[in-house]
Amino acid sequence: MPELICNGVRIDDSFAEAFPMSGTGILITGPNMKWARQAAQTMTGFATSVIGCGCEAGIDYEVSPQDTPDGRPGVRALLFAMSSKDAEKQLVNRLGQCVLTCPGSAVYSTVPGEFEIKVGDAIRQFGDKWQMSKFVDGRRYWRVPVMDGEFFCESKVGLTKKSVGGGNLLVMGADWDSTMRATEAGVAAVQAVPDAIAPFPGGIVRSGSKVGSKYKGMGASTNDAYCPTLRGVTKSALDADIGCVLEIVIDGLTDAAVSAAMRAGLKAIIELGPDKGAKRIGAGNYGGKLGPFHYHLRELLP
Amino acid sequence: MKPFTFKLRHEPSQRVDLSVLTPDRLAGRSIAEIEKISIGVTRQPICVGDVFAVSEGDLKLLCFEGGSSRFDLIGAKLLPGFTIEVNGDVGAQVGRLAFGGKITINGSAGAFAASGNAGAEIDIKGDVGDFLAGPLAGELAGMSGGRVIVRGAAGVRAGDRLRRGLIVIEGDAGDALGARMIAGTMIVLGATQGRVGYLNKRGTLALARGRDFGATYLDCGAHHFTFAGLLARSLQRTSAEAAQLLLSKLQKFGGDTSVYGKGEILTPL
Repeated sequence: MPELICNGVRIDDSFAEAFPMSGTGILITGPNMKWARQAAQTMTGFATSVIGCGCEAGIDYEVSPQDTPDGRPGVRALLFAMSSKDAEKQLVNRLGQCVLTCPGSAVYSTVPGEFEIKVGDAIRQFGDKWQMSKFVDGRRYWRVPVMDGEFFCESKVGLTKKSVGGGNLLVMGADWDSTMRATEAGVAAVQAVPDAIAPFPGGIVRSGSKVGSKYKGMGASTNDAYCPTLRGVTKSALDADIGCVLEIVIDGLTDAAVSAAMRAGLKAIIELGPDKGAKRIGAGNYGGKLGPFHYHLRELLP
Repeated sequence: MKPFTFKLRHEPSQRVDLSVLTPDRLAGRSIAEIEKISIGVTRQPICVGDVFAVSEGDLKLLCFEGGSSRFDLIGAKLLPGFTIEVNGDVGAQVGRLAFGGKITINGSAGAFAASGNAGAEIDIKGDVGDFLAGPLAGELAGMSGGRVIVRGAAGVRAGDRLRRGLIVIEGDAGDALGARMIAGTMIVLGATQGRVGYLNKRGTLALARGRDFGATYLDCGAHHFTFAGLLARSLQRTSAEAAQLLLSKLQKFGGDTSVYGKGEILTPL
């Protein structure tokens, strides 16, 4: 693979292949940042990959009290799924089980999408006819009495089908510590980009997969070409100086958000240099035939 | 933007129906045609030209220079995107069944102001008469949307059968405030008298001055309401005092339990 070198870090002339997704986002506010964050964390838990979790979700950014609709600190969370129906089902379930239950929480729509999905309109029934609706500035909200006061929730939230899931960076380094250092720097930069999340644990995947398996009925299995312990015995993609590979996967509300996040991640990893951080950066794709969005690393270099 | 202006020549000798003077109904008419529009409600004929000197301008902003308590139905069925400004008093039913838009009255308004309003923002700098935002005889619901701010006092039965929307009365309110409210929100900064929220189904009344609301309103304790924070944000620019009231800890009285009983009266501690 022809390579570029940037600040001593080898960059594969490759591209990340990404897919269209249905994306939605909500702003969760709380009496203080601790409990706003707690609600968002709980709601976006077990949401790393659509394959097993039904959706991919994560915290986008924190919002200060003066910028939230109700004057309390808030956290914006994004959720992505393969269809708008899945997104609605996941969001309503997660709101009902994780946010409604979280002390002090309130929920607002933050994505002006082409579609709207009913959330408050579903959860209001928890109020057992004690719920009240309020219509303020063209938006409807529900007040549901709960044991610590009221759960306040917007009736509908926006959903966009222009979201993109699967932007990625493969960070390759000499050992676990240096690779992790580079990947953490990359994740921090990705997380600073609005409208994009890295849904995996701490934003990082260590078990990248390939399509297919030797076992019947398994659609995906370990990406042996990138497993350092198999470097000698399989058709490896790794060089002699690579001892660890970590991947950052990125979902964004728009194509632009994903490319901005990848650009920011690349820049942070490259700036760290090959001695302290990664020796090589690649990107995962399926030959370019499956996903309509291609993010070429060459075009995203700082 | 130069407003389309109706300058008062002299107060008419009878009540006049000004519902025809809204931007959509004036569009495409010449000044001469407009001056000939009949606005009288008695057998004695009276036209726009008899009462007003009309000067052409942008119909997005309609301006009445000088008012009268005989000017009825100003801004009736007003459409979104248009603004009407009156420098003076108006008569009954200002903003009646308005769909949207903005009406500013730099004076006082008569009875049934904002009656059946469905979406207009109506700001009345002076006082209003009885039945603010209420239904006319035979109608099942009053105002169904929009926002009404009264800087002065309101007459009796303000917010009668309110269905949706927000009413702020910065002055005092007359007897039977929020009577038969179906839903919606009313905020009163001044004094209230008589029965408040009589037969209120599920509306919210926020009153700056608490008092005894009768046996059918039940104390539900003092709380900080999240929705009040949102409403306060939305009201900050139009009525800062009302916003301040909403941000305080509010004692909730649930009722009116003589009917559906899902409504509330909120007052500061």
